[in-house]
Amino acid sequence: MWDYTDKVREHFLNPKNVGEIPDADAVGEVGSLACGDALKLYLKLDEKKERIVDAKFQTFGCASAIASSSALTEIIKGKTLDEAMNVSNQEIAEFLGGLPEEKMHCSVMGQEALEVAIAKYRGGPVPGHEHIQPEMEGEVVCKCFGITDEFLKKVIRENKLHTAEQVTHFTKAGGGCGGCIPQIKELIAQVMGEQPKEEKKKPGKLSNLRKMQLIQEILENDVRPLLWADGGDLELIDIDGSTVQIAFRKACAGCVSSGHTAKFVEQKLRESVADDIRVEEVEG
Amino acid sequence: MKEIYADNNATTKVDEAVFEEMRPYFCELYGNPSSMHFFGGQVQRKIDEARQRTADLLGALPEEIIFTACGTESDNAAIRSALETYPERRHIITTRVEHPAVLTPCRNLSKRGYRVTELSVDGEGRLDLDELRRVIDENTAIVSVMYANNETGVVFPIEEVGAIVKENGAIFHTDAVQAVGKIPLNMAESTVDMLALSGHKLHAPKGIGALYVRKGTPFRPFLVGGHQERSRRAGTENTAGIIALGKACELAARQLEDENTRVKAMRDRLEGEILRLIPNVRVNGGATQRLPNTCSVAFEYVEGEAILLLMSEKGICASSGSACTSGSLEPSHVLRAMGVPFTCAHGSIRFSLSRFTTDDDIDTIIRELPPIIHRLRELSPFGREFLTKG
Repeated sequence: MWDYTDKVREHFLNPKNVGEIPDADAVGEVGSLACGDALKLYLKLDEKKERIVDAKFQTFGCASAIASSSALTEIIKGKTLDEAMNVSNQEIAEFLGGLPEEKMHCSVMGQEALEVAIAKYRGGPVPGHEHIQPEMEGEVVCKCFGITDEFLKKVIRENKLHTAEQVTHFTKAGGGCGGCIPQIKELIAQVMGEQPKEEKKKPGKLSNLRKMQLIQEILENDVRPLLWADGGDLELIDIDGSTVQIAFRKACAGCVSSGHTAKFVEQKLRESVADDIRVEEVEG
Repeated sequence: MKEIYADNNATTKVDEAVFEEMRPYFCELYGNPSSMHFFGGQVQRKIDEARQRTADLLGALPEEIIFTACGTESDNAAIRSALETYPERRHIITTRVEHPAVLTPCRNLSKRGYRVTELSVDGEGRLDLDELRRVIDENTAIVSVMYANNETGVVFPIEEVGAIVKENGAIFHTDAVQAVGKIPLNMAESTVDMLALSGHKLHAPKGIGALYVRKGTPFRPFLVGGHQERSRRAGTENTAGIIALGKACELAARQLEDENTRVKAMRDRLEGEILRLIPNVRVNGGATQRLPNTCSVAFEYVEGEAILLLMSEKGICASSGSACTSGSLEPSHVLRAMGVPFTCAHGSIRFSLSRFTTDDDIDTIIRELPPIIHRLRELSPFGREFLTKG
């Protein structure tokens, strides 16, 4: 059984703001029956069309989906549209005293419905799921749930996700056939690459011994834990000048995306050790 | 709050008589049955009795019973044994609706060079025997088909499957965890070579299972070590568990008729009333032969976890084929294999009764469930046009 907080239970058993607003100014709809959850959000604005005076929802989904919808409406009532745009999925989860990680996608769904509602009202491009929003931004990555790369990158960035499993928990992407998991890993690597590089970290000229030590440290502390999270691993085989030979183990061995993983390891080492590091995958 | 327990395919209450039978074997009669002294010997005799009782329920011989730790171990041991028996045969046949105890080892084997065929089922959960005839060949080492499905209760035509398997000389295994104690079995006149059962599904405790291996069927042990279970399953016997399973089997044999009359009547009443009182409901596997205790119903336009939690508020315990209850994102592989429409796959609930279920329990479910479904449909953006029919 899920370990839901009292706040989640309260908003599930007695949800606030259930229903429709017939003359709503903005309506955002995300999810579908096929996806297993869906949310339709109605917003009523004040006369100046700036502030949200009322919000209601209809939700098909599990307890945390219903609780997240209820929380969302409570959070945004009284906010201006600009303020509401800044409501994050973390804020919804925090309002509920936290959600199990596997259920974080419910908070993302709430945030997404809000974004869709405001974007449609303002006439801008609409993010999100293709099932509901054919005019969404980006290319579909997860075909099972119709989720785009732009949307995934945003969630990865905002929630600082670093494993494919986490991305599935937060967005559902990869939770169906699993065919897009290599692409999701690539997106994670892309987003990680966007992070501002901490320039000071890179040392100047290194002795051979120090360089080898540093490579080992980075692999042990920064790289292998990430691989473990996906059931994979690697072993350092040899270091020859700037060439680092590694062998993949466990789930990484024979994984179709091990090439990407090797690139990711190389990028990590270049950031922290030296620009000329080359990572080579070897049998061993 | 008193629990209304309708989740007996998940696990069952230990029968008080079973508990009394096992109780002395913890603190008093704790001897090791392999010991030479009288103190162990008396436990050995009790284990022999349990083996006889278990065999009797299956219509088997006592030497055909190997006690294990659980249904999963029995399933794993059967598959491994068959593959070791026929190392040159590299093909496994199973079904898309098996329990993970069979599906997961098979899928793992498919990554290690085995060809695995998963037979499909139709919308009512029925196998297509012609598909089996088409795919089976002299390269097939084992065919593993469950006796009855845990989610829908659909019973498979095991002897018809077995006849096809035997023509091709493969080993025939069945995961009968949900069937044992609910429908009559007779291994003496069966095509089954190996059969897995689990104690906690028939009012014995968790942690005890058994594997039936037909006399003459080659068997390679899964656990090796000591000579226990005639060297077919090493490890000191779970004496209390084995004795409990024996007692549970003895009781189950006596209760089979009750299971198929009184329990079935309660199941049918529950199902009938749900269909009468709630619009847009379908019974998964309803048109085919099913276990007498199981009822899987799909409620359109609502999600299973929400139903379960609202029922739980009323003390009602059931389970769901919905994705959200398991942490996975797609509805159960069984419902997907059956092609249950997505409008209701997420809203499937399984009620599974036992001989301890009462008419009052059924009354409570029938009273509490319709308003729960109505309330969730009112919340849902879909299917609002059906609300008024309720």
